[in-house]
Amino acid sequence: MLEIRDLHATVDGKAILNGLTLSIGDGEVHAIMGPNGAGKSTLSYVLAGRAGYEVTSGSVTLAGQDLLALDAHERAAAGLFLGLQYPVEIPGVSNLMFLRTALNAQRRMRGEAEASGAEFMKLIKAEAEAFGLSMDMLKRPVNVGFSGGEKKRNEMVQMAVLAPKMAVLDETDSGLDIDALRVVADGINRLRAPDRSTLLITHYQRLLDYVVPDRIHVLVAGRIVRSGGPELALELERDGYVDIAA
Amino acid sequence: MTALPTRRQEDWRYSDLEALREVWPQDIATTRALSVAAGESARLDDTLTGSDWHNETVTIDLGAGATLDGIIVQARDSLAVTTQHYRISLGAGARCTLHVLATGSRFGRIAIDVEMGEASDFNLGGVMIGGGAQTLEIVTHVVHAQPRATSRQVVRSVAGDTATTSYLGKVGVARSAQKTDSAQSAKALLLTRTATANLKPELEIFADDVKCAHGASVGALDANALFYLQSRGLDPAAARALLTRSFLAAAFADLDDEAAERLTDAAIAALGTNQ
Repeated sequence: MLEIRDLHATVDGKAILNGLTLSIGDGEVHAIMGPNGAGKSTLSYVLAGRAGYEVTSGSVTLAGQDLLALDAHERAAAGLFLGLQYPVEIPGVSNLMFLRTALNAQRRMRGEAEASGAEFMKLIKAEAEAFGLSMDMLKRPVNVGFSGGEKKRNEMVQMAVLAPKMAVLDETDSGLDIDALRVVADGINRLRAPDRSTLLITHYQRLLDYVVPDRIHVLVAGRIVRSGGPELALELERDGYVDIAA
Repeated sequence: MTALPTRRQEDWRYSDLEALREVWPQDIATTRALSVAAGESARLDDTLTGSDWHNETVTIDLGAGATLDGIIVQARDSLAVTTQHYRISLGAGARCTLHVLATGSRFGRIAIDVEMGEASDFNLGGVMIGGGAQTLEIVTHVVHAQPRATSRQVVRSVAGDTATTSYLGKVGVARSAQKTDSAQSAKALLLTRTATANLKPELEIFADDVKCAHGASVGALDANALFYLQSRGLDPAAARALLTRSFLAAAFADLDDEAAERLTDAAIAALGTNQ
């Protein structure tokens, strides 16, 4: 699904990713863990195509398509979703309007029929309920007045409605209480599918108690220094990143 | 207005006086009067189009407890010169709400003077969309001379190319106007480095038991929000339009949904053609 080869990237001229290689198969869930400053958020922004995050060499393909040749909105239409660590507030624009605009923009780019009002409402009602957000909240402006946990749930609703091939979730677990963490984890598990892969970027092992990944990678100084199965998370929790990196 | 204003007059300081001077000899000041009797309610719908000079003074008189809801759309030809002057007098307990959208004219000015009666209420939601070499301005002077009146002004402007948008909002509170509650919020969005925004909330307070809030800020669209929308599939132009919609929302927040959407759509459409 996602193939990252020897990726180098800079932000403000400073090298942050230094030869990152990662391969995520169809339907797999991988987790990237790493200390502060390892390049975790940079990786997510580089994948999503944020301005100012410059790829200096390497390649990234999504289902065989060259991701780096696409603009951010085209990457979304190609099936990439980035769940943000700090979702943005947009006063005066309702969640419903925003999400429907996004869904139909993606469908138009893919040459698909746009979702009708009824089709969209059916879709979002089901997901809002699954992630514990009321329809009243979704009628309100995007993330305005939402708690940290509600913003993350809202990211998950967006992900579920947009139905990406590859979801990159950047610190989706940060700032969540245990109940919200369970709701989010249940959602990730429910959305696991043979044609959908997930990359969890996380600081703590906590989320991985609920979402068991196929592979775990340790990112230090812009490179994957170690990969392993789910048991690696426990080792990291016990020994910390310093020993792993050494 | 019967004499050509000069730059020395504070409330004409950012105006396009050259444009005004060109049309001045054809001075055809018109006047209009509207009065709403005590306890009655009325609507005002001023949609200005066309290209000749438009220089009008509208006098509005609201009796005790009367209400007026008005929408003023200045969507005149891009070469027009437009000076609208609303002089509003509010009786005790009267309520006046105006929503203004200015997108047209080479020089377009909407001046609003309000004299507040006791416990009266004035609300203004204004939007200016300037492109090309347009100069657009909303100039208000709200006088609280009686106690317990409330006034709210929310103005949002977007300026691109070499356009200038200005909001000059003066609120005066007389010694006798205790318990006045007044607020002004003015924000401008600059789309280019060559555009200009002037925001000047001004307070003159002589009473000692009043609430008078004011805020002003000038900026560009938030890069973080732009990326967020693009990461969800909106192309850059659609992302900018949606964020501009968001930026304007506060000015039309107290309108019913349909009218708010109509004015916002017109503003966004002007953004497409003015720039």
